[in-house]
Formats: sequence, structure tokens, C-alpha cells
Amino acid sequence: MRSFTYARAASAADAVGRAGASGTAFVAGGTNLLDLMKADVLRPEGLVDISRLPLDRIEETAEGGLRLGALARNADTAYDERVQTRYPMLSKAILAGASAQLRNMATNGGNLLQRTRCYYFYDTATPCNKREPGSGCGAIGGVNRIHAILGASDRCIAVHPSDLCVALAALDAVVQVTGPDGERSIPFADFHRLPGDRPEIDTVLRPGDLVTAIDLPAKGFAEHSTYLKIRDRASYAFALVSVAAGLELDGGTVRDARLALGGVAHKPWRDPEAEAALVGKPATPDRFRAAARVLLRDAKGHEHNSFKIELAERAIVRALTEAAERKGAPRP
Amino acid sequence: MIAIPSIPGFLTAPNGPIGKPVSRVDGRKKVTGNAHYAAEFTLPDLAHGYIVSSAITRGRITRIDTAAALALPGVIHVFTHENRPSLAWFDRKWKDDDAPKGAPFRPLYDAEIHHALQPVALVIAESFELARYAARLVHIEYEAAPHQTDLRANRANSFTPGKDKGGFQPPPKPRGNPEQAFLESPVQVDAEFTQAAEYHNPMEMHATTVLHHDDGTLTVHDKTQGAQNCHTYVCNVFGLAKSAVRVMSPFVGGAFGSGLRPQHQLFMAMLAATQLKRSIRVELSRPQMFSFGHRPETIQRVALGADRDGTLRALIHEAVQESSRNENYVEIVVNWSGQQYKCDNVRLDYKLTRLDVHTPLDQRAPGAATGVPALEIAMDELACKLGMDPLELRLKNYAETDPNTGNPFSSKELRGCFQQGAERFGWAKRSPAPRSMRDGRELIGWGMAAGVWDAMQGQAAAKAVLGVDGKLVVSSATADIGTGTYTVMTQIAADVLGLPIDDVTFCLGDSSLPTAPIEGGSWTVSTVGSAVKAVCDRVRSQLVTLARKLDDSPLTGVAEEDVLFADGHLIVRDDRSRRLSITDAMRGSGTLSIEEEARALPYLLARARHTFATHSAVFVEVRVDEDLGTIRVSRVVSAIAAGRIINPKTARSQIQGAVVWGIGMGLEEEAFTDHRLGRVMNHDYAEYHVPVNADVPEIDVLFVDEHDDMVNALGAKGVGEIGIVGVPAAIANAIHHATGVRVRDFPITLDKVLAGLR
Repeated sequence: MRSFTYARAASAADAVGRAGASGTAFVAGGTNLLDLMKADVLRPEGLVDISRLPLDRIEETAEGGLRLGALARNADTAYDERVQTRYPMLSKAILAGASAQLRNMATNGGNLLQRTRCYYFYDTATPCNKREPGSGCGAIGGVNRIHAILGASDRCIAVHPSDLCVALAALDAVVQVTGPDGERSIPFADFHRLPGDRPEIDTVLRPGDLVTAIDLPAKGFAEHSTYLKIRDRASYAFALVSVAAGLELDGGTVRDARLALGGVAHKPWRDPEAEAALVGKPATPDRFRAAARVLLRDAKGHEHNSFKIELAERAIVRALTEAAERKGAPRP
Repeated sequence: MIAIPSIPGFLTAPNGPIGKPVSRVDGRKKVTGNAHYAAEFTLPDLAHGYIVSSAITRGRITRIDTAAALALPGVIHVFTHENRPSLAWFDRKWKDDDAPKGAPFRPLYDAEIHHALQPVALVIAESFELARYAARLVHIEYEAAPHQTDLRANRANSFTPGKDKGGFQPPPKPRGNPEQAFLESPVQVDAEFTQAAEYHNPMEMHATTVLHHDDGTLTVHDKTQGAQNCHTYVCNVFGLAKSAVRVMSPFVGGAFGSGLRPQHQLFMAMLAATQLKRSIRVELSRPQMFSFGHRPETIQRVALGADRDGTLRALIHEAVQESSRNENYVEIVVNWSGQQYKCDNVRLDYKLTRLDVHTPLDQRAPGAATGVPALEIAMDELACKLGMDPLELRLKNYAETDPNTGNPFSSKELRGCFQQGAERFGWAKRSPAPRSMRDGRELIGWGMAAGVWDAMQGQAAAKAVLGVDGKLVVSSATADIGTGTYTVMTQIAADVLGLPIDDVTFCLGDSSLPTAPIEGGSWTVSTVGSAVKAVCDRVRSQLVTLARKLDDSPLTGVAEEDVLFADGHLIVRDDRSRRLSITDAMRGSGTLSIEEEARALPYLLARARHTFATHSAVFVEVRVDEDLGTIRVSRVVSAIAAGRIINPKTARSQIQGAVVWGIGMGLEEEAFTDHRLGRVMNHDYAEYHVPVNADVPEIDVLFVDEHDDMVNALGAKGVGEIGIVGVPAAIANAIHHATGVRVRDFPITLDKVLAGLR
């Protein structure tokens, strides 16, 4: 790989200070960044190692939720008893992703920032606006089985590959960030962005911004939730479509609903109108299907991925059905 | 060395190791990390090579600027077509034992680009990381030319190849009047089938380490299925004396056919080592594993006509496959259809289409794994139309003799595979209608298919050295690609000479050993095993002769065929108290060692008059989510008839591995080519899917007794390929049974099922 400078951050403030320079990247678990550097897709001039910062704890928040340290490992998060009992969809989502080995290395903060698995992004001999702005989108008109059906642009149809983020989106998590301008909180729905004219930018983070934690609100939909991941093999594959679903039921009636989709867009996809379509209605497959159709109303397929539209509808119905049926919080 | 046929009449010990589930003799080395692979050998001055792959698919290089790469401290050299040394000129010098008709690809030969990821430069540096980095600084300008990589779009330009590759037989001439018989058949099936291109993707990526010795000789550690094939290749291409090079390949981390031909990393490492007079290692990256040989994409048509009682009246099977512009890669796709079922009106047709791709390459059960599934799905469709059990339809049209040639089979226990496999699976309890079995939201389907593969044999030699300590070393230049060659050959030798397994060492993967062909086609047990038996038979005869000459020999007057070899002893068959140890026989006669070499040939007369084949019946249960279309293989029974099974443990592993791959072929494996770029886009393990553990259920393998005197002295046929052949079809048929959705396009991903579930 290309030469780069390496510095170990002594503190979060030190990390932020060091990362101000352009071409600098944070490295923690390295499960995605190092691969991309070896493939010459990412070419940071400097790495700031944040892996030893004390940001790896999972703690209670004053509001009754949980604060997931940015450096807590995916595996430690998934198997944390509080996460398992209070946010089972999150635990399930994490365990649906990657492999045991990767989950042992990968951090929560890094998971938020992982890059797309679009073939063209990875192959430096092909055009990709995300990798090389202005070079074009290879996937449009190319091989696009795994690409977006929602929120894409004519510059980019890549999808965000995370499972964890889909659950975080459904749970209304909040990303805690510290940066050159101090600390701020970013609602999860606003954290990732759609490709638009700038597909090279995945999130709203600014240069030097460091994710320190992810806050989960108290409400975890533990009684009625699930994470459904549909993929081309039983494990170790990215989602064609995934659904994080949470319901609050009053008898057979939906009082609150959360629905987030993975594998369909440049960010975990939520649609307030689709969720609103569920609230106050009976928890029945017909209603679930109606909500799915609201969510997918603007879905647009490409040559190889149009099946995702139908698949997403069916997956939403299945996930909501499972969530509605589920009693208590089974351990994953 | 003289050629002698093996003598099957010799007695082996009644309790000998042949047929026993002997654990791998190399297992301990492998699990302790002491089995060394091609990229693990080293010398202190080893330099590292990294290959630059072409960014275009067709055209030519107009400019190469290596200055930036060479400017890096530690970068030693950049080889390109502009600075390469003089190399062999004639095509025949570039040929290898698995080369089809045509002009083999020559790396770095000229500025022309023939296919995507073609190697265009080799960077040599003091470390791997540096070489890889420098490779990215090599600036190459191209003049692109239009390319064609889409088989469907180009199939009109197909042609009928000749006998363009060793082992390939063009389809037999049509028999009867198939078109008319089809039209007149009351029940018909006529469908098109497609098979995606697949890449071998062994776990170990192709690598070569050339160790440059002080005397100028080279030891080449290469990932290959044929050390001698590569030895001949590098000597021819680089004009080297045979004695100056030794190719070693004692351990191979999977190959599946990808190591049958010398690959370009071998050329590259040799180029650098001979030019720089240094030890060099070149290892391909995972994406570069998509830069050579693959199972070709195939489009097929199968038309079956039958009477209402299921009697096959007409069978038409056509296939068109891709090959490269420079070579006619051919494999037997359609011939199996004329052999597998009795039918009087048959037309088989096989064509190639030239595309701008690298030459395809044999991949596990080449041709059969593509062609047989098309036939076996069509048979299932016919059974559905007839309202007949698919197994019964196959028995109804069972071929007792080979319909393609009229010859008898040397042995064929396919009927036993059907019966025993069906019983083990519980086939009789199948409810015939599609969508008639379910478990909650999962639709359950049971499907079956038959499989067939050739039982080939080539020529091989082996050497045996028996020491006075009773230790035996047998060697032959064959390969063990994880299949169990070391173990099986050790068993055969130990069996013939009645020695404990631990006293026998088998050596392979070394070009300096006695001649053996490339390891492929399931012919190694037959080919090399026969040579091992032949040479051990000669040692045995020597021992009997020595023993008889001893004073007071217990073997005096005993004919050789009446001597048993067991427990390290020579034993008179009818009076087991008369015995003599091998070491005593040698010591007594003052013999320090016995050395023999022998060559084994196939029984050519028998082969001219019979068909030699392995058979299988595969039964599969799938579970398909009725809403989501997700498919899970939940049960597999594979019944195999392959003659005598030398080692049921390694043979079972072979079949299980093949079934796993069959699941991959059926459900997952597909190289996605962007035809605008002419490039495979999913060139890594993340996006080119092969089955993971969670995809693989318990695989129940059973070997059906099959006695075969004609196949070779061992009665063994080989099991490397047969395990995969029927699996994709059995899965497709099970999916149809589960869902009523018929998918004829491999791999059967969930979207293809979903389309039918609406």
C-alpha cells in the first residue's frame, strides 16, 4: 500500500487536533479501512489511531437509555445483556452482519463509517463517482444487482452496507460527535446522507469530527421487534434487503411503529409516512403491506435489482408480522 | 524400466489397508502448519513480484512509464513487453498437457490486450508491500478496441469445434430421426438452460516461489496440479536445460482444475528469477484469480419427447459455450445425454463462441457439471408432464449398455444408487404434487437427479525403494490437491506389500520423480494407483525370489501367487505358520534395498470395447420461504457407484466437498460481467459467493458396491468429479417440487424464485 503517517491519539481532543489535516483518517478496528487501503481505493496520507481511547464502554444514560461507546466492539455490543434484553433488534442486526472474527475487531463508530460494497467502488480500473468524483457511475447501466432502489441519484446508486445502522435508525439513536467546533449530537436519521451530487460524501461529519458514542433512547421496542436480513447465502453476505421493525401494540392495535430498511439506499431508509400509516391501525398483514407500499412508493429499480422492490415489500410484511407475534425479548 | 500390466490375481492381505477409512497421512503436517505451500518457501535474498493487470479488455498498450515505480527505493525492476528477454517463438513451446487447440496466451509478449485483467507488467521489489505499491505507480496508456464478452449476444457466431483438446470427444452423430420423433411424441419438453461463468477460487491463491541457487539451478515451488507439466513449460519457454530446473508442488491448497495449466504467475516468477538471477516470489491477489481460466458460461437447449408410458422417443441436446479468441477450450457437455438414457432418436450438438475472454479451464467435472443438470432438469419436467415419479422415469429409460457406442459398461451400478439413495432419503414418502409439503412458512421440496462421469486412466510410472529396515518409499510426480493422493497411494503400497501404513512414505509433487500426468479428471487413483500397485508388485516378486533362495526358506517350493503379504511378513497362504519377515528375507540374502520402477498402462483392449464411467444419484430436500423466496438446502443424500473405494474416509470427503460445490453451482456462484467493460465485477470472496457453513446441511454419502475387473488392477474408478454432477439439477428439481417454480438458469438466486411466486 501507499506510505502513510501514523500517530496514536492520546485523547479524543488530541485525535481531533491531529485529524484536522486533509487526507487524515481515524483508524480503530480497521476492518474496512485497511482493506480499502490495500485495494488502493482509499489513500489516506495519515492515520490517527484512536483504538486506545477510553470510548469502549456501554453505559446507562440519564434518560434511561444506553450509551454505546464508539470504540465498543460490535461483538461486545451484540452480546451485552442490556442490549440483548432492551434492544434485541440491535443485537440481532449486529449478529446478522460480517463474521464472528470481524465483529470481534470492528467498532461501533467504525461500523457507522464503513464504505459501500459497490463493485465499482472497489475496482479502481472502473468509473465510480464515490471513489473518484466526476468519473461516472459504473453501476448505472452496469452490474447493479446489489444496488439502491430508493434515494439514489444519477451520480450514484450505491447502498450503505451496515446492518447495525439499520437498527440504530429504527431506534432513533443519536450520534455523539466531538470536533474542531466542539461537541454536538446528530440524530441518526440525519447522520448519513443521500448521494445527490456529492456521492463521495457518506455522512454529515466534517473534517476532524470524531464519533465518540451512540446513544440509544429508552424506548427499545423489546417486546415487539425484529431484524430480518435477506441475502444470497445464509451468512457472510451483505443484505439484499434488511428490515428493522419495532412495534408498540395495544391489544391488536399499533400505537407506535418503527421501520428501517437496509440494502436499499445510500443510508438506512426510514419513512415517517410509512410508519404513520401503521399507527392506530390493526397489526395485520394487510396494514403492513399498505405501509410497505407507502415506503416503497418512489422505489426505482435498475436492470438487475428491480426484484428488490417486491422483495422489500414482502420483507417488511414479514418483519412486522414477526415483530407483532413476538412476545417478550428473546435472546438472539 | 519396462511396461508391465498389473496383475490383479495377486493376493492382498485380507485385512489390508485398502478399503479402510485411513486418516490422512499428511493430516498432522497440515494441521500443525508444517505443510508448506508455494508462497511459503523462502531464501534470504528473496525478492517479491506484483503483477499489474490490464485496465482494458481489448486493444493495445501505447505507452508504459515505469519511472515513478522505479524511483522508489527498494524497487528492483519492472518487466514489461518492452523490455522482456527473447522468449520461445513457436506456439508448441508454450503448449502444456492441458492446452486446447490454438495459440497459448503469452504473458508480456507484446502490446496487445486480449482480455480483462491481462497481466501487463511485473514489478519486482524488496518487499511484497512495496511491489504492490509500485505496481500502482506504473503508468500505462492504452488504445482500447471494441470487445465482445456477451455469449448470448454473440451466439449466432458460434462454430462446431473438432477434437480440440485431449480427452474431448465431439458429440456422436445423430441416431434415428430425432426431430420427427420429437414432433410425434405425445409428451414433450423443450427448454433452454443457462449456466453462469464460475471461477475456481481455491482458498490458496496461485503463487510461485523460484529459489535461485548459487550454481544457477532453480527450484520452483508452484501451485500446480502437474509439476512435470510446469517443468516442461518453463524449460520450453525460457530455453532452459531440464536438469537446471526442478518444479515442486508437495502441497496444494485446493485447485479444482485451476492448476491444470501453467498459470502466468509461474511465467512471471521465472522471468524475473532468470533475468535478475535472484529468488523471486509472485503471488496473485484474489481479484487476479479472476484473470485466468473459468468454467465457461453455457446456453443449452434440451428437447425430450416421450410416450405416455414414459418411454423416451426423442432426445435433443444442444449447447453453446464461450471460448477465447486464441484457443478452442472444449469440454464434454452434451455427450452424456446420449449415454445416460436409452433412446433411439438422439441429436447432440456442441458449439463454441469466441469472445474476448481468457481461455476457460477445466473446473470440477468440466462439461458434465454443466450439461448433465440441463438433461436432469428436463427429465424432471418430463416426469411432471407424465405424472410419473422422476425416479421411475429414469428407471424406465435406464441404459444397460452405452447407447452412444453400443458397448457394454465395464460396470454400472446406477440402479443401485437409485435404489439405495432413495431408501436412505425416504423418497417413497414423497408427495408428488408441487407445493404439497410445508413446514410453517417454508415450502418443502424433494428433488433428485442422476450423475455420470468418465472413469479415465492415463499412463504413469512409480518408483519404490524398500529398505532393509522394512520401510518403503514410493514416489511418482503426481499431485495431492487436498484430495487424499498421499493417503490413498500409501494405502495401496502398504496393502500390496503387507506393511503398516506408518512404514510407507509416498512422495509426489516433484518434477524429478517418475512420470505422472496432470492430476485431474478423477483419474489419479486409477492412473497413479495402478503404477504404485505395479511397482509394489515387482518389489513383491523380488522379495519372494529372495526369500525362496534362503537356506531353510519357509517359502521353498511355494508359487508366488500362493504367498500372502501381511504384517511385514511373507506368509504361505495355506499354511500360515510358514512365514518370514520382509526384513529377514532381505537381511538373509544380503540385500540392503530393493529398488524398482514400473509404468502402468490402461487396459487398452478392454477400453476399446467398453464404456467406463462412475455414476451417482443425488436426493435433495430444500426449504423455500413461501413469501421471500429464500432457499435452504436442508438434506442431501448422494449415492455413488465408483468401483472399489480405496479409502471411504477421503472418498466421503471428496463427495461432500463436491456436494458443497454443487450447492454453490445450484444457488450461488456467478461471475457478473459488465459487458460494457468486458470485466468481471464481483472479483472477490465478499461478492463472488460460494457456500458458507451455514448453507451446508448434513451430507449423507453412500458408496454402492460396484465390482469392476476391467477398469484397472485396483478395480477403482476415482471420485473427484462425480459428487458434483447431479447436485445442481437435484436442487432445481427440489425447488420446483417445493414451489411449483421452474428455474432453468443457474445459479437459482432468490429473485428467480420470487418472480414465480408472485
